[in-house]
Amino acid sequence: MISTKNINFSYGQGTAFSFPDIATSRGESLLITGGSGKGKTTLLHLLGGLQRPQNGDIIIEDTNIVTLSEKQLDHFRGKNIGLVLQQSYFIASLDVLENVVLASWLATGKQAGDKARQLLEQLDLKEHLHKLPSQLSIGQQQRVSIARALINEPKLLLADEPTSSLDDENAFKVADMLGHLAKQFGTALVIVTHDQRLKDRFPNQISL
Amino acid sequence: MITKIAWKNIWFKPLNTALSIILLTASVAIITLLILLEQQFEKKFNDNIDGVDMVLGAQGSPLQLILSSVYQVDAPTGNIDYTEAKKWMHHPFVKSAIPLAFGDNYRGFRIVGTTPEYLSKYGATVSNGKVFIKDFEVVVGSEIAKKMGIKVGDKFFGSHGDAEEGEVHDSHSYIVTGIASPTGKVVDNLILCNIQSVWAMHDHEHEEGAEEEHDHAHEAVADTHDHHDHAEEVHNHDHEAHTDETHSHDHDGHVGETHDHDHEEATVVNEEGKEITAVLLKFRNKNAIFMWPRIIAQNTKMQAALPGIEINRLFTLFGIGLNALQYLAYGIMLISGISIFIALFNTLKDRKYEFALLRVNGASRLQLLSLVLIESLLLCITGYVFGTIVGRIALVFISGSSEDEFKMSFNPFEFVWEKEGYLFLLTIFVGILAAVIPAVKAYSLNISKTLANA
Repeated sequence: MISTKNINFSYGQGTAFSFPDIATSRGESLLITGGSGKGKTTLLHLLGGLQRPQNGDIIIEDTNIVTLSEKQLDHFRGKNIGLVLQQSYFIASLDVLENVVLASWLATGKQAGDKARQLLEQLDLKEHLHKLPSQLSIGQQQRVSIARALINEPKLLLADEPTSSLDDENAFKVADMLGHLAKQFGTALVIVTHDQRLKDRFPNQISL
Repeated sequence: MITKIAWKNIWFKPLNTALSIILLTASVAIITLLILLEQQFEKKFNDNIDGVDMVLGAQGSPLQLILSSVYQVDAPTGNIDYTEAKKWMHHPFVKSAIPLAFGDNYRGFRIVGTTPEYLSKYGATVSNGKVFIKDFEVVVGSEIAKKMGIKVGDKFFGSHGDAEEGEVHDSHSYIVTGIASPTGKVVDNLILCNIQSVWAMHDHEHEEGAEEEHDHAHEAVADTHDHHDHAEEVHNHDHEAHTDETHSHDHDGHVGETHDHDHEEATVVNEEGKEITAVLLKFRNKNAIFMWPRIIAQNTKMQAALPGIEINRLFTLFGIGLNALQYLAYGIMLISGISIFIALFNTLKDRKYEFALLRVNGASRLQLLSLVLIESLLLCITGYVFGTIVGRIALVFISGSSEDEFKMSFNPFEFVWEKEGYLFLLTIFVGILAAVIPAVKAYSLNISKTLANA
């Protein structure tokens, strides 16, 4: 589960954000919406420990990640937070399976090959295990990054505009998958998006 | 796993990788080759000098004298009078004196008249058969025996002079009585006999030449031999000097042959007026090393050359060329370093998302730093390994041609651990240097910014 208290962030002069407190428990979903420039991505990066807030607390499963050192944070992030980004990035030289396995190795030091294979099959990527990520379509790439985000069964799954570059069919497919998998793994799911299509799917919503 | 990613990454851009590796391979190969050549060359040269304090020979270039008489690579400077040389050979300062007389070759391998002491000087023993005693008995160097498949008891004819194509002295065959043990020194590529054999072979030839021409004049004999366009001077000296005696003495073992000259003298070879090519001297009193060259130059028609000094001179001459090559190789290494740097730096722009992603997935800054470093080091180590191999392959080719020309071969499997170790460290250093800026950039990457600006 995740909860935040009084988090502030500013990019130097002028742009300062003050975010509402949020709380999501295991298996639940939260949709954060808002127009451009409202700090959606910033909030997501704060939640994911990619950036540190000026003040406030971010508590994920009893750990206040604001207090962690850089190295501890890297480790914590790898183990407990899954991230799905708007655009999918991969290690271009590794194939699909290796990219997912890599995430498990970075977090735990073990290579969860079987689990990765299983997850990818569940996401309908069975035929693409040994292709390079660049050989997949955008929708397929997005699914690979979901598999990668979930390989370590994180406590928190963060998704940044996961559907904005997809057509309706794929967008709903991805949204369904995220919701379904979050339940399956008992993961708190936080999605930031301006995609109106998702608003009907996720009842818990906060607008920035 | 990081190493695996690094490995996959470098092969993901095969052209960049190939360029870096080729450049590194080239520089490492050249340097390795130079290291091996220098090492083995110097060792070969120094091994052969061992136990030779001074060489006594005909006037001319002292370097040529050393090269011809110690290393058997150049033409001799000329001949010296044996009687005169003997005065110096028996001097109390002298510990040992080994006379050398060059005459013929067999298939390009020199046949050298000397004493059995020559073998022991190089630490060679007669491993098979026995040492030469009588005229025309020879001991064959181990390399020659191996290459030509010569066995004890074999007979062969020598050709005149240094060149394989020289006139064949077919009136007398040499008989192999022994095979020398391998030493890795010049003696492996020589055929040794006693000095009398060389004299006898040539005296005999002169007669035949003279007879054919029906002209006993010195000039005619000299002319006959002028046709052999090699080491002319030496052998002409020889011939002219010998023509006097051509008709005046007997040749051991030639008895059965028809010679219509007088047999005034008995079976013992008269050393009067005979010539040899050089004498290898070792002194009891080392002061002589510094005094003799001048004394000999002033009082005789001979010269005394010091192998140590001449070889140093030779190395200095080479040294310029070797250094130039070495600078070239280091230059190529610098370029390969720059090439690795550019390759890493260029891909950094595309790869910053990869790096951000790795961080998101829990990779630490240090892991990113090491990823970049390992990529560079993999290139360098691969380049080093290839370079070491290519350098040795080049040495095999060089060894092949130097073997043909100078009877000097190099061992490509020798490792000069110290110098090659330094070269390895240098290569690694280049790798680290090339990677340092890209690695630090990867280390200090701001993930949030990178991902937000996507």
